[in-house]
Amino acid sequence: MKRRLLLLLLPVCFLGLALFFFQGLSLDPSQRDSALMAREFPAFEATTLRDKNRRVDQSLLQGDVTLVNVWGEWCPACKQEMPQLLELADQDIRMVGVNYRDTREKGMEFLSEFGDPFEVNIFDPEGELGFDLGVYGAPETFLVDADGVIRYHHKGYVSPQDVRERILPEVEKWR
Amino acid sequence: MALMRTMAALLLLVIAFGAAAGGIELREFDDPVMEKRYHDLTASMRCPLCENQAINDSDAPISGDMRERVYQLLQEGQSDIEIVNHMVQRFGEYILYNPRLESRTYLLWGLPIALVLLGALVVVLMIRARRNASAKALSAEERQRIDALINRKRSS
Repeated sequence: MKRRLLLLLLPVCFLGLALFFFQGLSLDPSQRDSALMAREFPAFEATTLRDKNRRVDQSLLQGDVTLVNVWGEWCPACKQEMPQLLELADQDIRMVGVNYRDTREKGMEFLSEFGDPFEVNIFDPEGELGFDLGVYGAPETFLVDADGVIRYHHKGYVSPQDVRERILPEVEKWR
Repeated sequence: MALMRTMAALLLLVIAFGAAAGGIELREFDDPVMEKRYHDLTASMRCPLCENQAINDSDAPISGDMRERVYQLLQEGQSDIEIVNHMVQRFGEYILYNPRLESRTYLLWGLPIALVLLGALVVVLMIRARRNASAKALSAEERQRIDALINRKRSS
């Protein structure tokens, strides 16, 4: 009897491990939370895209729930998600852009061609703010609450479905 | 001969430029220890974008930025742990090829040790059981039964 139980232990262990590893196989390593989740928006000091004399810092993100979108003229998916961002801005959601690794001329061209949903764009030509945000490929979108704490992170293209199913509920949640 | 020499020089130039365009910069270090630390650090971090390349092996722009940052922090005199923390704060535990020991990774680091200990325990128990069995002498009844079995096999 004891021996049988012991023999049974082996296939049970095997099945358990097989299930565990099988689940691991179906995980997508690119779907991972930002390291900045639930932390304060990193301190920064920069000029804005439109005005090289206007200086902004992290206090820009205090007081209201804000969507921060990291974009660049060189980034094709950023162009595709502009209609969705314009729609979000229409719904009275405060939008701030980070013009990432770009030039002023190209950034302005982009905005006049694809529309400008942003209250202001932080100009980040060297990608310093992007680095502190852990950005590794534009577009990326962060939801920052009224206290300046990062509450949600969306990596990559924002589809109309993402707006309905993820972004809008998150905005409501933190308002 | 002169032609050969020009060709060789040209070839060297092409190779040199090719290496530079490959995305891995040539960096100058005053101190060979620091150079070694730079190579170890950049080999121990995973590129967040390309997933299965170390940042010292990757052409992705973010890997270039990360190498540059490692270099800067080394020049500022930060320790390896400080540099690793600096990167993990921004890009997450994900970038470490060797996950750190913390409550989330106890199972990962502990399981192999636990399994070795379990195996040792099983071996000890087996040896003991065997010793006990051989030490036990057979009773008269058992001896009779064994003889009977042996004889039956022989006679058949």
